[in-house]
This record gives sequence, C-alpha cells and structure tokens, in this order.
Amino acid sequence: MKLKTDNNILLKDTLQNYLFVLPALILFATFYIYPVYKVFELSLFEYDGISPQKYFVGLGNFKDALGNSIWWHSMRNAGYITFLALTFQNALALLLALIVDRDIKGGRFYRIVFYLPPVLSGIVIGLIWNWIYDGNYGLLNHWLSALGLGKLARAWLADPKTALTCVGIIHMWRGFGWGFIILLAGLQNIPRELYEAARIDGANSRGIFTRVTVPLMIPVFVLVMILTVLGTMQIYDLIVATTGGGPGYHTEVPITRILAAMIGSSRFGYACSLGLIFGVVLLIVSMIQLKLSKLLKQT
Amino acid sequence: MINRFILEKRLKSVVMHLILLSVAATCILPLIWMFSSSLKTQDTIFSNMHIIVSDPHWENYREAWTKGNFGAYFLNSVIYTVSVVGGVVFTASLAAFAFARLNFPGKNIMFYMFLITMMIPIPGSFIALYVLLQKLRLVNTRLGYILPQINAGLALAIYILKTFFEELPKDLEDSARIDGCGKFGVYWHIAMPLAKPAIAVIVVFNAMAVWNEYLLAMLILSSKSLMPLQRGLMVFQGAHITRYPLLMAGITIAVVPIVVLYLIMQRHIITGITAGAVKG
Amino acid sequence: MKVRILSVFVFLFFALTIFGCGNSDTKGKPDLVLWHWMTDREEAFLELAKRYEEETGIKVSFELYAPSDAYSQKVRASAQTGTLPDIYGLLAEKRDYAAFIKAGHITDLSDYMNGFIATNKDDYAKLIKKGFISDLTYDMEQKFKEWRRIFFKKALEVNIFPEGNQWGVKPGIYGVPIDVTNIQMLYNKDLFKEAGLDPEKPPKTWEEFIEAGRTLKAAGIPGLVSGWGEIWMIDCFASNYAMNIMGKDKVVATIKGKVPYTDPDWLKVFHLFKEMADEGILAPGIVAMVNKSAEQTFANNRAAFSFNGSWCVNVYRGMNPDLNYAAIPPPLVNKKNPMYIWGGAGASFLINEKSKAKEEAISFLKWLTYEPQQAFLSSKTNNLPANQKCLVDIPPILAQFADDMEITTHPSILPASEYSQVIEFFNKGIQSIIIGEKTPEEVAAKVQEVKERRMEWTKKREARKKQNN
Repeated sequence: MKLKTDNNILLKDTLQNYLFVLPALILFATFYIYPVYKVFELSLFEYDGISPQKYFVGLGNFKDALGNSIWWHSMRNAGYITFLALTFQNALALLLALIVDRDIKGGRFYRIVFYLPPVLSGIVIGLIWNWIYDGNYGLLNHWLSALGLGKLARAWLADPKTALTCVGIIHMWRGFGWGFIILLAGLQNIPRELYEAARIDGANSRGIFTRVTVPLMIPVFVLVMILTVLGTMQIYDLIVATTGGGPGYHTEVPITRILAAMIGSSRFGYACSLGLIFGVVLLIVSMIQLKLSKLLKQT
Repeated sequence: MINRFILEKRLKSVVMHLILLSVAATCILPLIWMFSSSLKTQDTIFSNMHIIVSDPHWENYREAWTKGNFGAYFLNSVIYTVSVVGGVVFTASLAAFAFARLNFPGKNIMFYMFLITMMIPIPGSFIALYVLLQKLRLVNTRLGYILPQINAGLALAIYILKTFFEELPKDLEDSARIDGCGKFGVYWHIAMPLAKPAIAVIVVFNAMAVWNEYLLAMLILSSKSLMPLQRGLMVFQGAHITRYPLLMAGITIAVVPIVVLYLIMQRHIITGITAGAVKG
Repeated sequence: MKVRILSVFVFLFFALTIFGCGNSDTKGKPDLVLWHWMTDREEAFLELAKRYEEETGIKVSFELYAPSDAYSQKVRASAQTGTLPDIYGLLAEKRDYAAFIKAGHITDLSDYMNGFIATNKDDYAKLIKKGFISDLTYDMEQKFKEWRRIFFKKALEVNIFPEGNQWGVKPGIYGVPIDVTNIQMLYNKDLFKEAGLDPEKPPKTWEEFIEAGRTLKAAGIPGLVSGWGEIWMIDCFASNYAMNIMGKDKVVATIKGKVPYTDPDWLKVFHLFKEMADEGILAPGIVAMVNKSAEQTFANNRAAFSFNGSWCVNVYRGMNPDLNYAAIPPPLVNKKNPMYIWGGAGASFLINEKSKAKEEAISFLKWLTYEPQQAFLSSKTNNLPANQKCLVDIPPILAQFADDMEITTHPSILPASEYSQVIEFFNKGIQSIIIGEKTPEEVAAKVQEVKERRMEWTKKREARKKQNN
C-alpha cells in the first residue's frame, strides 16, 4: 500500500517535471520536426521545387554533395572565418568584458557602445565596409598611402589573398558585441565574495583570474564558443553584401552554396541534402565542444 | 618604489582606456555616418562624405515615416517583438529549469534535440514551413508569424538559461524547499530572479532578431496591415534604385527602439547576483 | 521584476487574442490579386490600380514582396500549396518558367495575343462608354485585334514557348511584358574630354576601346566599371561577345554540346577579359563589385565606361543629375558579325491557370499594356515601355537604349539552355582570369570539363529513369 502511494507520488512528480518542458516540446514538435522531416524526405529525390513529379534517387544527392569539391571549399572558407572568430573575436570580447566587469570610469558608456555593431543593419554595414575596402577611393588605401605604405594598397575584397580575411574582419567586428554581453553576464554572475576571499588568501589579479574566474566561467566560455561556431559557419548576408562569394569561389560559404543549388539551379533535393550534411557537421562540432567542456569541468 | 607602482598603474589605465576608446570609436562612427547620411540628399550622399552636414534635410525623416507607412508597421513590430520575446522567455525558462534542476526520463535526449534546432540551417525548411502553416490555417495571421519565431528562439534561450541555472547554489534551492516552495515556486522565486542577467541577454537577442526579421514576414504575411517595420524599409530599396537618404532615415528610426531596449536591459545584465540574492 | 514579467504576459495574452486570429477585413476584398517584387514601381502601380477601379469598378490589389529573393521563395512556396494569386511575376530562368507551366500554374495567352479570342470586346466597350481614352477607339480594330502587335517583338519573345521547345512545353505565349530593358556600354563625356579623347567619338571597335582605355589610364582615369561581382553581369558581357565573335549558331551549338568551350573562338572571348585586365582598363575591385556600387562609382565621375542596363538612367539621375554621358553598343570585335546585346522584357506578368478570375485578369493586363497606362508607367519609373507606340516622350538617353532594342537577345530565347553549374563556372572562371589567378586556357578547360560531367550525369539519369518506367 505504502509502496503504491510512493510510486504514485513519484509518477506525479515525474509528470510534473514533464509539464515544465511541455510548452517548448509542443512548439518544437510542430514547427521543427515536420519541416526537417520534409527536408530529409526531399533530399532523397531529384526535384526542382516546382514540378508535381519527383524522382527518387536514394542517396544519390548525398553522393553528389560529398564529392563536390566546391562545397567542401565553401565549408573550409566558413571554417577559416570561424577560426578567426573563435580566436580573435572571442579574445577581444573577453578582454573587453573583463575590463568593463571592473568598476572603471565610463564603464556604462562602453557597455552600451560595444553592443552597437550587432544592432546596425546589414545594409549600413555593407555600405560602410565596401567604402573602407574599395580599391580606388577606399579609406583603408587612403590611410595606407598617408602612412607611406601605398604599396600595400589594393582592392581588398577583390584580391583572393585578402578577400576572405577582410570579410572575416567585418564579421568579427560585427559579432564581438554578442560574445561581449554573454561573457559580461557570466562575469557578473560570479559572487564578488569569491574575489574577496581569493584576495585575502593573497592571490594577485592573475591568480584570481586563473583560479576563480576561469573555472567558474567555463560553461559560459563553451556557450560562447558554440554560438560563435554556429553563428559564423552560417554566415550569409555579409557575404552577399560584400563579395557575393567571389572573386571566383574564394568567399563562398555553405549557405550561399545551398541557396545557389536551391534557387540558382533549382536542384531542390540536392540543396536539402547539402543542408543536412551541413547540419550534421555543425552537430558533430558542437558535440565535441560540449564533451570537451565536460572534461574541462571535471579537472 | 611607490611612485613606480603608481606610474605603472597609471600607464596601465591609460593603455586600457586607449583600447576601449578605439574599439568604441569603431562602434560609434558607423552610427554617426548613418545618421549624417540620413540628412543628406541622394546626389550628395556618396559624393560628400563629410560627417557634418551643412544643410541638414530633416524632412527626410518625415518623408521616410510617411512613405514607409511606419505608423502602422511600428505597432505591428511592437506586438510581434513583445509576443515572441515573452513567449521565448516563458517557454525556454521553464524547459531550461527542468533540464538543469529536475529529473525525468529522456531528459538528455530532449535537451540535445533542442540543441540540434540551432544547427540545421533554415534555407531548406523554409518552404516546408509554409506548407505546414498553410495546413494549420496560419498563413497570413499574426499567430502564424509569432509561433515559428518563438520556436526559432527557443534552443538558444534554453541553452543559455540552462547554463545559468546549473550554476545556482544548491543551498538556496534547499532553503526555499524547506520554506514550503514547490518546484514551480523554486523556479519562479529563486531561479528566475537569479538568472536575470541571462534573461536580459535573451530579451536583447530575441528582440533584435524579431525586430529585424523580414524574410519570414514576406513568406507568411500578405496583408499590409499585418506587416512589420522592416517592410517599411523595403520601400526605399528598389531592384535598381535605392533611395539612400530616406533609407538611412528609416533605419535610424528603426534602430532607436532596439538601442533603448538595450539601454534598459543592460542594467539588468550588470545588477546580477547580488541584487537577486537579496530579493530571493 | 515580477510585476513587470506579469504585465508582459498579460500584454502577450491580450495581443494574441485580440490580434491573433488573422485579419477579418473581408469587406474590401479585391477582385484581382497581383504579386510583384518591383519596389520602385509600387507607387505607379497603385495609381494605375486606382484608375482601373474608377474606370471599370474592378478592384486590383497589387501586393509587393521584396527583395527579389524573398519574392522568389514566396512564389515557390505558394506554388506548392496552390495559393498563387490571379496574376504574378516570375523571377526565374526559362527552365523554371517551363516547370511552372507544366505544373499548371500559368495560363497560355496565345489565343488572346493573336486575337483569336475576342471576349474582351465587352470590356473595351465598357471602357469606351465610360469616356476613357478616346485615342484608343480610332484604330482599335487594327491595333487590338492582335494584342501582340503592340509590343516590341523582343519584349514578347521571352514569354513565348515555340513549337518543339527543349522543355516540352505546349507551344504558346505565357506572359505579358510590361516593360523592356537592355544592357549596353555607357561612357562619361567629361572624363573623355579630361583625358583628351573626343567625347563625340566613342569607340566603335574593340581596338579603339582598348586604345581609349590606354589613354584614360595614362590620364589616371579608371576605365570600365560594372557589377561583375554579380556573375550574371559578367555573363551578359561575355555572351554579347561570344555572339559577336562566333555568331549565334555556334553559341547554340556549344550549349548543345557540339562545340567545346576550348574552341579558339571561345578562347578569344576569355582573352578579351585578360586583355582588359592586362591593359589596366578595369576598375580595381571590379570582380567583387555589386552593381549598385558600380553605379555609385560611375555616377560620381570615377570611371569612364560603364556596362549597365537601361534602368541606370534613373539611378544616375538621382545620384548625379549633372552626369554627362551617353549610351553605345559594346565595341565590335568581329566586324563581320553584328553586335548583340542582352535585353528583352524587363518584367512580365503571368496569369494563374487556377485563378477563378482568369478573364478579368487578362482584361486587366491588356489594359495595362495600352498606351496611356504604358506611357504613365514609363514616365513615372523611367523604364522603357513594352508597348512600342509609347516611345515619344522619353529622355534622349533612354531613346539611345530604345534604338537598340532590335539587336537584343537573351539566353532565354535561344533554342538551347546551358546548365546553371556551367554558367556559374564560366563566369567565376572569368573573375579568376581578371584577377590573374587563372589563364583563359585553364578556365576554358575547366568549364568544358564541368560541361561534360553534367552531360554525362544527365544521360545516366535519363537512362535510369527510362529503366524505372
């Protein structure tokens, strides 16, 4: 008898717990599972996205996609920008967050200002950076020649040696504000008493950073890193606003390729298979990051 | 000795402020450029790059406002933003709380399922989403525009909030339980106030995404009376002719509410744990 | 905090219940719904819709979805669910156009165009009775018995699927052009003068063009600017010259796979780009330039030549009303062959085969192509009208564009169509030539390789399809 009520309580308890995830689950099931299932289904067909007829090709689209060197090249391009973002952008975001986390003069001002680039519209960003990088009348070339470095002047976005990096720089400039506020929120969540305690124990500021800040911030670091990877790998509108994927294939990224297949050449099924491959790659990368964070946390 | 120490400290602070100021400058200048461009005319906007405009055309703002039909669209965007942000915070915080602090079978699988939604890009599923909404009779309705966006914001919000909820001190939760709080009570009275910085971040992220959202609106909505603010900006960008000064004026108008929202929210990001702990 | 969160939810609830379930304003329901993407014509369209309603009592609702990418997605999504409007425009290659027809989304208009169906006489009569357009009545019989005669021949061509077309579409005319466009060479007269060139003697041949480029370069003036970051603009330029160098037939033979891209004539085409790059005639960064930036550059006197479409007249007028320039056909390479330029219908409207108001839709589009409406559209938007009788009051520079309508051509009207992957490789390859990354020979070989791979792939797939059936 007692056991039964216990079981009942346990059951009720678990059901209650489910209640917490239910609203999210319903939305997810409706608006995610069906579309993704559709994408999966279409990826098995040769289909132009218009005709009533589809032609079943099994894994043919995936085979084509995996063997397509331009697709992997676009993946590598996005990977390169992601690498830049993971290192430089996040380092800058962390540095700024650490500085602003202290009580410094004008802290509030900086806090507000650093979040401005993400707020800016893509059109404005495109116009301004095109003007900076322009080969003839660009600001960058103007400054370089003023500094006596006129030899370095070039059409920055049209030169295969610089195009991808230049796009990466715009992306990082635009994106560091995101990392900045997440990191700042994380830093603010660290109880100040912990710093005090460490200071009383005689730790200097570097010691406090490595012994107090870093261990507590690891989950937030991982969060920011995963978001950086996901956000950067899916870079798209910036490419369209600056280089359109050119010159040649030097700044093509996965999303531009998927759209080129879908709308450009009307290979809808193929585009779906690209999307799925892309999703799986992102998934694997994110999972590795999460696993790493767990390992780090344990040590 | 002491002098050197002070000198070093001074120098450090100067370097620090130099870094901060130069980064800040790159963040502010584009905004100023945008604003000054909004006061120019089509033929001076690219020929005269000066930041200071000698004869500002303030009427650009009035024209942008009326031509872009901002009055009506503005209200729509406010409704969408409030609904989506409210929906995301509510559903995501509940789920994140369960993932972080409660136990139930299938917890991990479900959590990773949500994470996956961040990872498979939308281009392929856009048309499928439209077909689905058509079946649900949600095409060209506010709800049909709001719900997919709540769904789109969920994964990130759940992930951020889970990260924060997991860091909550266990003893706070225990003491609340002793005080007779149920699970929902702990969620509402302890977890939510303590996660205020994270919630503020989520509000800022999602509000911005919804405020700037455009493609989904084009796909799902057709009545002009339902369109969001970004539709107004489209008026100035023709396939061939872009009316830059009006566009800049329009963008400036559109950006103000987001900046104001951020101004409000950043205070909550800062007054993190201490304020929350006292209240809790 | 709590109160605030609560108030948010109250508002949320409020918002969802009050505004949530669709819009129920059925009283102003339009008779015809039309979708388009042309932001710059929205105002003129709305004005025309108002006039049409005044004249006929039929309410036409123009719905704008821009930019074009969003519009394309919307049209495709709606095709899936069968919710296309009565009239819409299609932004697609001819292959997709064909797919839409085959899927039953587009009405064949040939009988109306050719005057075999005259149901719309009623509507004419109605219009005349209402005292509308007196000049319409005088030669109505001759002019409108055949609707198609009012158009530029080239304007209609893109909407025609001829007998035995490569897509297997039932022959017919499937769209109504509302304006025409073409792409030509423009030159800046002031910069010509500055460099010591005669502004009234623009280059006619390729040699003269290169020579002018050299002179300009010596004077420190950038030569040609164009939106070659958008690959279709490169494609325009290259296919113009391909047709000039080898003639239309050989181009078609290449597309059909009978002539390789490594043919000397094609190499000549690739070499033109190398020559321009080597001579320093191209504006720096041209391969990463979207057309709107290219237009800024030319409008601000920062390049002597521009390769751009007739819409540019409007753009330049806005950016720099004093710009002193003229339009010329691209300079000839092969003097034995004529020069062709890209062009044809700018935008066309199609009628949904499943529409319940097909006849009304046809009447409306007919009305839209009559002279008064075409003249109004043209004057408001500075586009060339599709109705060739309306060319009287256009600015001289637009007239220069209009003059060359007869030499226009377009990939969509060729009897064969190239794989889009090949087109992409072709144009991206030209970008690589311009930046000196690849030689014309390398690009030609690579394009041919892609072409052969695609042909092989298609053949295999066709064979398998047959087997399965």
